[in-house]
Amino acid sequence: MRLYALLAWTWIRSAARYPLSMALLTVGVALVGALDLAGILLLFAHAPRIAGFTAAEVVFLYGSSATSFAISDVLLGTSERLGRHIREGTLDTMLVRPVSPLVQIATEDFSPRRLGRLVPAVTALALALPRLETAWTPGRAAMVVVMVAAGAAIFSGLWVLTSALQFVLIDGHAATKAVTHGGSFLTQYPMTMFGRDLVRGVTFVVPLAFVNWQPALYVLDRPDPLGLPGALRFASPAVAVAVCAAAGVAWRAGLRRYRSTGS
Amino acid sequence: MAWYGFRRHSAYPLSALAEATANVAFGFIRAFVLIALWNARPSLGGYDATDAVTFCFLTQALIGPVQIFGGLELTRRIRDGDVAVDLHRPVDLQGWWLADDLARAAATLLLRGGPPLVAGALAFPLRLPGPGALAAFGVALLLAVLVSFGLRYLVALAVFWVHDDRGLSSAALVMGMFFSGMIVPLVAFPGWLGEAARALPWAALIQVPADVFLGKRTGADLLAALGFQAAWAVALLGAGRAVTAAVRRRLVIHGG
Repeated sequence: MRLYALLAWTWIRSAARYPLSMALLTVGVALVGALDLAGILLLFAHAPRIAGFTAAEVVFLYGSSATSFAISDVLLGTSERLGRHIREGTLDTMLVRPVSPLVQIATEDFSPRRLGRLVPAVTALALALPRLETAWTPGRAAMVVVMVAAGAAIFSGLWVLTSALQFVLIDGHAATKAVTHGGSFLTQYPMTMFGRDLVRGVTFVVPLAFVNWQPALYVLDRPDPLGLPGALRFASPAVAVAVCAAAGVAWRAGLRRYRSTGS
Repeated sequence: MAWYGFRRHSAYPLSALAEATANVAFGFIRAFVLIALWNARPSLGGYDATDAVTFCFLTQALIGPVQIFGGLELTRRIRDGDVAVDLHRPVDLQGWWLADDLARAAATLLLRGGPPLVAGALAFPLRLPGPGALAAFGVALLLAVLVSFGLRYLVALAVFWVHDDRGLSSAALVMGMFFSGMIVPLVAFPGWLGEAARALPWAALIQVPADVFLGKRTGADLLAALGFQAAWAVALLGAGRAVTAAVRRRLVIHGG
């Protein structure tokens, strides 16, 4: 942890050498993140409810998913570069340094610009929460905090898990984007939109439904369209721990299996 | 040049397949979102649900060829100074990169165009064009690649002045994603926003080819659509030509 902070700080100082560029990039990243929100608002310009959900509820889903994703992206997003490091042989350099290669990759190019993603996400969350027609209880309010934290942990686990896959796939980075970036996009919308098989898949295979959907059902007091037991709504923290544990095992296994490019 | 470009850009089919996988996944998610919208508002913007789903998978198939997410390799070469080598070549800078980009588009279309459409057609009923519409779509797609190249070439050359391209590139990315119809089809943009979006060059990248593919533009309307694309292509490539001339003078000022 201390080393992570130190390396991150080093990269921030390097990025801050070009303040204008850094500011522009932060704005750019924020705008790219805001595009998904703009898309949602465009949809709701045509209909007050889509798939049974109101604009405020979907913006709430967007806000919670995007906040979780932005946090995990800041912390571990660059781990998706592993495939390139393997191909170019630069992973070998990391292995001889006395710091975990995961920490080195995750802090690589660490820059405040990646925080730009948080801006539209947190704004959407702050605007949506007071507009939700839900009977607020301390439990529901606490659940909002828990779901963002658990969601960030699940996405973090998925970042590491998918990059560990690159020890095997090498060139498959684009395909694993379907899980990370695709997962972030999927969880911005209510699962009532998607086919039942897809929802089962993201509940039991890749546990994206626990990023925000299951806890949101509790916050919004909605029935589960698949009729799953109510206890699952509180399962997000446990799922987060499980995903992170699996990611840890996969990463270690991948690293043990790794042989250099040999050139 | 185009042949070498084609061979270079099709050299890593597995990597392209990985990209196509991501395109397929996003295609499914977006298709369900659009179906939900068209369930709430059938026949929105003159599309029905089948049109919307076809549009969605077609969009994912076109991301690669019209290069919504990327710029030109030229951008890096200008920043590194390698462009000096390009300028020494006894061929026109714009023509050289256009040849490379057309080859890239053809290679990407072959490798990445199919999977999203096939996967979409297996899961949903899609509206596939007849031979006439398909031929028109081929022309529209070629024009779309020309417009796309025109835009990206201008962004690349701007690096001669701004030195760090990343801010500009991300602005271009935002405009491209939003105004091409990739996020939400332009037919679903309300009021003046829709009017403006359909007149901007990004509409020529995805919305117009998709309309042609879906058979929404026929007869004189088809010619108007292709004319719209061609006009933007000529304007952007002409602007690129003028800027190329300016760049040649500027580089001399820098001392080469």
